[in-house]
Amino acid sequence: MLPGAGRSVLRFENVSLAFDETPALAGVSFDVREGETRILLGSAGSGKTVLLKMALGLLRPDSGRVFVFGEDITGLPEARLFDIRARIGILFQEGGLFDSLTIEENVAYPLLNQRLLRIPVSEAAPRVEEALRFVELEHTLEKLPSELSGGMRRRVGIARAVVSRPPLVLYDSPTAGLDPITAHTIVSLIMKARDLENTTTLIVTHRYQDGTWMHDFRYNPKSGQLEADRRELRPEKPATVFSVMREGRVVFEGGRAEIEACTDPYVAKFVKH
Amino acid sequence: MLDILKAPILSVQEFLILSAKAILGVFRRPRYHNDTFLQMDVIGFGSLPIVILTGFFSGAVMALQMSKALSQYGAVGKTGELVTISLVRELGPVLTSLMVAGRNSSGMASELGSMKVTEQIDAMRALGTDPVQKLVVPRLIATCFVLPLLTVVADFLGMLGGFVIAYTLLQMSPDFYWNSAWQSIGYNDMFQGLIKPFAFAFIVALVGCHYGIRTAGGTQGVGRSTTRAVVVASVWIFILDFFITRFFVNV
Repeated sequence: MLPGAGRSVLRFENVSLAFDETPALAGVSFDVREGETRILLGSAGSGKTVLLKMALGLLRPDSGRVFVFGEDITGLPEARLFDIRARIGILFQEGGLFDSLTIEENVAYPLLNQRLLRIPVSEAAPRVEEALRFVELEHTLEKLPSELSGGMRRRVGIARAVVSRPPLVLYDSPTAGLDPITAHTIVSLIMKARDLENTTTLIVTHRYQDGTWMHDFRYNPKSGQLEADRRELRPEKPATVFSVMREGRVVFEGGRAEIEACTDPYVAKFVKH
Repeated sequence: MLDILKAPILSVQEFLILSAKAILGVFRRPRYHNDTFLQMDVIGFGSLPIVILTGFFSGAVMALQMSKALSQYGAVGKTGELVTISLVRELGPVLTSLMVAGRNSSGMASELGSMKVTEQIDAMRALGTDPVQKLVVPRLIATCFVLPLLTVVADFLGMLGGFVIAYTLLQMSPDFYWNSAWQSIGYNDMFQGLIKPFAFAFIVALVGCHYGIRTAGGTQGVGRSTTRAVVVASVWIFILDFFITRFFVNV
């Protein structure tokens, strides 16, 4: 068992899923603990996105079981799944914003539509503004997603993911297709979201660098700055764990030192660049 | 052999499940009234121009063709009656539904398809709304409501088109044309003429949404779904038309 004493937030037990005979996930097992940062690396088509969608109950496994916050969601009816999803934030690849709605309506969407979170429009407005201020896009309230750049859309997606302050947030390739500077901004925001609320964070990515940033730095709420994460000061904080996926299987799981020492050529390929 | 049949059977199964969900959804909460009214505007008001044009010209063409055939029996006076009956029973409902299928089944397939490939449908589910309830049900209700209305508009404009021909080319008096037209319609015709667009509305909305929601394969996939939606919806309109007509017309 990996370090981290907290209770289990997201657990896969021997999960498999195939689309028309092609396996997307083949016997995947892992356990994400409370407060942990999990970096899920893998090349395109290795089943990373499928895994995220399964954690939300958007896809159902052919076999195996998925536990979210300790509850088995494998056989839950859609109506009950909504109550689980209310406690999970998600950033989709490319943002997944509704392009017929304004930025304000997009960010307010979970607050107005999740049964468990539902609040009146008047109460939602300040929280939407707060979430947008968090990603420094409070001036875009009335704009449509098509009027924003790719990086800005991704930031709005983050605002929408964290607006309800969920204890678990999933990020699907948050830095894919962005220039290094924008990618850095996005990772900093994810870090800020993680350290302000001590959120359990799962990031799917193919950039090892995203993982090392999340591991090496933390957001200091007092100074409002990012700083080197000196783990010896806070030994209770769960470490960042790296998982590497290949063709629907988890082929590596471990901390930063272990992944850098790993000799498997597939795993090493991610670490090298 | 079985492999060839697998895909279409799966598609039919998915379509039936979606239809059942959508029809049950009409009676279920939450209801998205704003989306429903928006769709009524898009489908109903938006289709008015093409419905007016097709209705008018199909009526005019009918009058021309009929007068030629009827003159052989010396029964040109029956033109108004024939135009009206064929419009109310057949051409009005079928042509209107075909036009709306071409315009809106494709629209629904491409809109929902784009949402599917950009993960907006997944986002909807992740953020607490059932896409069937939010996207399909409003389109179904709106289509069922506006398609019979559009048909009435098409019927009337077709009769007007027939009248223009009868008055200008056949020298029929307005009184005679409208009287014979009006008196030829029975309750059976009207009922048949209104139940058809209502039934076709299910095809237009559900086929469009079905192909939209099961879109896969990026932008290319959206194009494929759109084409399929129009073709399948149009063919099923004709098939269903046959069965409804068979039910009303006892040979």
